[in-house]
Amino acid sequence: MPAVSKGDGMRGLAVFISDIRNCKSKEAEIKRINKELANIRSKFKGDKALDGYSKKKYVCKLLFIFLLGHDIDFGHMEAVNLLSSNKYTEKQIGYLFISVLVNSNSELIRLINNAIKNDLSSRNPTFMCLALHCIANVGSREMAEAFASEIPRILVAGDTMDSVKQSAALCLLRLYKTSPDLVLMGEWTSRVVHLLNDQHMGVVTAAISLITCLSQKNPDEFKTCVSLAVSRLSRIVSSASTDLQDYTYYFVPAPWLSCKLLRLLQCYPPPEDGAVKGRLVECLETILNKAQEPPKSKKVQHSNAKNAILFEAISLIIHYDSEPNLLVRACNQLGQFLQHRETNLRYLALESMCTLASSEFSHEAVKTHIETVINALKTERDVSVRQRAADLLYAMCDRSNAKQIVAEMLSYLETADYSIREEMVLKVAILAEKYAVDYSWYVDTILNLIRIAGDYVSEEVWYRVIQIVINRDDVQGYAAKTVFEALQAPACHENMVKVGGYILGEFGNLIAGDPRSSPLVQFNLLHSKFHLCSVPTRALLLSAYIKFINLFPETKATIQEVLRCDSQIRNSDVELQQRAVEYLKLSSIASTDVLATVLEEMPPFPERESSILAKLKKKKGPGAVSVTELEDSKREGGELNGGGDRGQDTATMAASNASTPSPSADLLGIRSTAPLGAAPASAGSLLVDVFSEAGPTAPSAAVNDDGFLSSAPPSEDPAPPLSEADDLLNKFVCKNNGVLFENQLLQIGIKSEYRQNLGRMYLFYGNKTSVQFASFTTTVSCPGELQSQLNVQTKPVEPLVEGGAQIQQVLNIECLTDFSDAPLLNIKFRYGGALQNLTLKLPVTINKFFQPTEMTSHDFFQRWKQLSQPQQEAQKIFKANNSMDTEVLKAKLLGLGTALLDNVDPNPENYVCAGVIQTKSQQVGCLLRLEPNAQAQVQHTDSPERVSHNYSSIPNFLHYLSPYSVNI
Amino acid sequence: MSSYNAFSLFLRMLSATHSFLSSSFMLLFSRQGKLRLQKWYVPLCDKEKKKITRELVQTVLARKPKMCSFLEWRDLKIVYKRYASLYFCCAIEDQDNELITLEIIHRYVELLDKYFGSVCELDIIFNFEKAYFILDEFLLGGEAQETSKKNVLKAIEQADLLQESGGIDEEELEE
Repeated sequence: MPAVSKGDGMRGLAVFISDIRNCKSKEAEIKRINKELANIRSKFKGDKALDGYSKKKYVCKLLFIFLLGHDIDFGHMEAVNLLSSNKYTEKQIGYLFISVLVNSNSELIRLINNAIKNDLSSRNPTFMCLALHCIANVGSREMAEAFASEIPRILVAGDTMDSVKQSAALCLLRLYKTSPDLVLMGEWTSRVVHLLNDQHMGVVTAAISLITCLSQKNPDEFKTCVSLAVSRLSRIVSSASTDLQDYTYYFVPAPWLSCKLLRLLQCYPPPEDGAVKGRLVECLETILNKAQEPPKSKKVQHSNAKNAILFEAISLIIHYDSEPNLLVRACNQLGQFLQHRETNLRYLALESMCTLASSEFSHEAVKTHIETVINALKTERDVSVRQRAADLLYAMCDRSNAKQIVAEMLSYLETADYSIREEMVLKVAILAEKYAVDYSWYVDTILNLIRIAGDYVSEEVWYRVIQIVINRDDVQGYAAKTVFEALQAPACHENMVKVGGYILGEFGNLIAGDPRSSPLVQFNLLHSKFHLCSVPTRALLLSAYIKFINLFPETKATIQEVLRCDSQIRNSDVELQQRAVEYLKLSSIASTDVLATVLEEMPPFPERESSILAKLKKKKGPGAVSVTELEDSKREGGELNGGGDRGQDTATMAASNASTPSPSADLLGIRSTAPLGAAPASAGSLLVDVFSEAGPTAPSAAVNDDGFLSSAPPSEDPAPPLSEADDLLNKFVCKNNGVLFENQLLQIGIKSEYRQNLGRMYLFYGNKTSVQFASFTTTVSCPGELQSQLNVQTKPVEPLVEGGAQIQQVLNIECLTDFSDAPLLNIKFRYGGALQNLTLKLPVTINKFFQPTEMTSHDFFQRWKQLSQPQQEAQKIFKANNSMDTEVLKAKLLGLGTALLDNVDPNPENYVCAGVIQTKSQQVGCLLRLEPNAQAQVQHTDSPERVSHNYSSIPNFLHYLSPYSVNI
Repeated sequence: MSSYNAFSLFLRMLSATHSFLSSSFMLLFSRQGKLRLQKWYVPLCDKEKKKITRELVQTVLARKPKMCSFLEWRDLKIVYKRYASLYFCCAIEDQDNELITLEIIHRYVELLDKYFGSVCELDIIFNFEKAYFILDEFLLGGEAQETSKKNVLKAIEQADLLQESGGIDEEELEE
């Protein structure tokens, strides 16, 4: 048998392991394991008490089975029994089992803790270490509760053995990580810090991990560790390779401790004390010098250990970012590594240089290595190294080398690994934008990107190129020409078609003079791609076509022909169908002037941070993009999209479409039919629910599609209510749930329920972007006299709304007396740095407090007649500009909150309702009759009230009943 | 909890406990992908451990020799090295030092080698508990506890001396 049996070999275990290894198949293995499990179970359950050795052996077998990947559901108790054995090896196996198979069984934890407690107080250092290892391995909350106060005592006690101190330090660290609230260092702090001075290197090595973690969380309390760490480091760095005996590793003195000391110092700013700082700089210089010395050994361990310290020292130099001399030396050292034969070193040098590139002191020095890095990108065989090279090129890019770097990255993209393409595309797009002086270069670069890696070009990238072309009139002609040429390729990427469609739709006129790109040629070129494209692209192309009709009247007949064909006007996709129908109609009935206004060229986009950068940041996680980079991009981004020089009149209908940064938004903003209000609604829209928001095909008018990003005043005062706030409010007169508001950033949903004079409203704020909203606050206010009429209470919401997340707010509403205004909801938050400020009306209307009342015809008319005084009655005649569908009307009236009474009115065409409005101060009965006049499309409403006092609000909401116009 | 949630929880936990020069976990596996030793320094459920192991073993085995010993994997950095038929693999965090981790692995191999005398995969299979004990003496909670080879081995040998001097097991008929 091959097994080496060291120490207390357990022969039965070795036999079992051999058996398992000899199993020819998985089934055989499982069979053997099940047999063993049955055997162990019977032993554990048997009458005969097992001796310690057998128990240990079986527990060990169970552990082996578990480590093979099988579940173990027994044996825990036997393992716990082993803990209290006084034989070391039994105890040890017991602890190992517990460490590997932690069980949350509270009964067991109590027993385990008991055993640990006994061992900790045994004064036997070997037992104490075992117990401490177990705590460190399990690290559960229960253990922290039991031992967090005991362990610091063991750690600093004068008579504790070194090995126990080492275990105690790391055990405490583990407990601190799991339950920081239970580990109170207070009185121990200074003694723990002074462990850095301990004579035993092992104790220092273990203690420094604890100190580093604690310093991170409580830098002030632990700051005395800085000078201690510096002097310790200095002693190690200046020692000869033999001084530290067994702590010297391949001729490198205490590499682990050195790295940890350098890491600890990175928790603090440079030392203020000149002497300490001088000593530290000396250490760092020595480390850099040693890197230049010939190696003391050819072994890789020697160079790894030495370079581990060097890299950690460079990290500290970068962290301080205040010693130009050291930064440049670090950079030169890394430069040497860039060409080292060890792949690991090249990788690390590329990685480390990335951070050096962001320091103003070393940026130039990093740039000198550009050729080497480009070469690495081309020749490295390991993708992870190439990735680092690409990262470094990105980091070292500035105006002076942007063209070269972007060109290299583009050519690398052609063969780049799929795993890193998307990130590469984002980086190229960002660099091209950030350092573009010449916008034709920018356009070329992005189109190249689409050509080379179209699949990896996300929406943000192509949105961005369009935003920039729209904002820069000096590049529009070039862009039109270039996309036109790019579209000539027999197979071009769909993203190219999108950009092409958009740009030609806007600026095709700039190249139409050339007969080779006459309007019809342009149209035919675009349309030749149409059938190969997905629905969103086709929708975009349809919009481009209608823009063509405006730009080039001579294409009108051809385009109308296309729109009219069945595959468009009867397309099964409702969006395409609607666009085809609307555009066809628009082009045939609208005058040239109307057409020109509706289809006017897009106004410039407001300046904002590049959404691409946001995407890259998100992809890489926080911290991946340095602060300087962000500031840079803001500065330079401003230069780039400075639309100001265009000075275009933005007061056009299309202005409302201008800002569509969100990835879900259609750039043209065509999803919102509002700007195309002149267009006749499609057949589908006629089916629109008479009273409520627009139909299923177009989340239109009622849903605010403007970016209020651009319109909101950047003030801390609540914004005035949106102009459409009343419309938004009206949507909710007859319903309690739905979307109150929506734009590119935010969606607000409402659910509400009312009972008597009380209501509860749930507001759902959804962040539609991928970026966090900060300082999110909402305020509900009751302006003017509403304050005494309505009582609205709520709690503040969480100030952060993560990208894609939704938060909820509950409002408790009490109606004190009748009211006519709606409470205001003000929402403020920061999106990308910009303050968003928005005020809406909350759909709390008096009818919400209706309680339906059933009554007979006789009762109804008796009451009706009693209500004869002028102020008890209100009458309103209004035109229904839509068909009066019985079911829809009924639903609306029920939604109003009243009871709909059948067989009350002698005229079956009329609708009769009754209800009681519940307020805290009084109850008000209310009767209602709706008399439709089909011929005149007029509805006639009577609403007498029982009480004399003026209920002006009732007539007010009656007009909400007036059907909402969709058709003309 | 879905496995996705469990994993993101795990990542959150890792970032919350921001440790230093420490491992999140250590795995030893053979060229055939058999796991020989696993040590987890962050609390995870068994299902997650299995998932991580499976993915990581696949990733590392797919790499060619001469490739760099470091790779980015999810939000962690993986440092690995192959010794004969065994891969030693440590997961560390973004800020941690790769090279020193590589030497952590090497020191552990040296410790095993010294203890078993020219260690091979079989020693670790048949004496897995010893491999765990040695690791615990060397690394605790993912941090280096004692880097001196002599001191670690002294601790282990002392423990071995404490064993009972029974010989029953040699005679006993064992199953």
